[in-house]
Amino acid sequence: MRREQRPEPMTEHTTGFPSEPGSQWYDQEAGPLVRPYAVTGGRTRPAVTGVHFDLIALVTLDPAAPGIDDPALGPEHRTLIELCRPETQSVAELAADADLPVGVVRVLLGDLVERGCVTVSRPVPPAHLPDERILREVIAGLRAL
Amino acid sequence: MAPEHPDTPGGEPTALALKILVAGGFGVGKTTLVGAVSEIRPLRTEEMLSQAGELVDDTGGVDQKSTTTVAMDFGRITIRSGLSLYLFGTPGQDRFWFLWDELAQGALGAVVLADTRRLEDCFPAVDYFEHRAIPFVVAVNCFAGARRHAPQDVSRALDLDAGTPVVLCDARERESGKEVLIRLVEYAGRRHTARLLDSVG
Repeated sequence: MRREQRPEPMTEHTTGFPSEPGSQWYDQEAGPLVRPYAVTGGRTRPAVTGVHFDLIALVTLDPAAPGIDDPALGPEHRTLIELCRPETQSVAELAADADLPVGVVRVLLGDLVERGCVTVSRPVPPAHLPDERILREVIAGLRAL
Repeated sequence: MAPEHPDTPGGEPTALALKILVAGGFGVGKTTLVGAVSEIRPLRTEEMLSQAGELVDDTGGVDQKSTTTVAMDFGRITIRSGLSLYLFGTPGQDRFWFLWDELAQGALGAVVLADTRRLEDCFPAVDYFEHRAIPFVVAVNCFAGARRHAPQDVSRALDLDAGTPVVLCDARERESGKEVLIRLVEYAGRRHTARLLDSVG
């Protein structure tokens, strides 16, 4: 805990700075109550070996996925599943929306892949960057924005 | 070219995501540019610049910026269903360089934002992308009150390889940001074609 008394909470929006660094951090600014890797049981690498989920790897929920009600899945696993339900999500978006570090999300996604709940697309290797047709499509799409 | 997607049975078209990095010195407008063109609110991890940090970060000429991005922020542009562009603002400080390699992996290209008042701030980014042969454009963010420089002067000052585009922009303007991205994708396409021709010839 970084506070001893409870004056008016200050946020970056009202002050730009906590007036006494270290003494005025509340709620999210005070940091997570649970250490990030506690939700992975201390694991820092996905259980699926040999995979590295890129920030823009796309995570798709398998609608027929077994085990979404699996008691072995924690609340954070379920959060990721719910975030993927409306549409395919990138790893980066999942991390931001679930408010979890990317490293933690990678471990949790590894669990979900292992259970067949989600599929994760591999990123495009640099040597196989998209062909001209796709790039032209991107340029036309940007112009039309 | 579609990414490998071995877990999905054939039939469905595979979604494709492309990555563009936005790099440049501290306070040059990376987050602003990402926010101006993104269709989602820019997602980010931002931390207050500590007083110790203030000593490290030279904020001369960068008025009223009290926070600095220390992790990454990103935005998304959906071109069509199944084809999206992701923009990542790279961490502005040297001590976060370790994050760059991961961000740069498989990137289509990069935008190096430059402020002509502090041109040297973008040297590391220019070096980084040149060494890794990642296509990039230099976008000069025309801050109010900053002297205008011709693109060719900036190109010379940065000692850019011939052909590397330099564009003047206003990072706050969506249209301007779009133009920067279009120039980058066009350039990445030209570089890609040149590489293909090289490998054939």
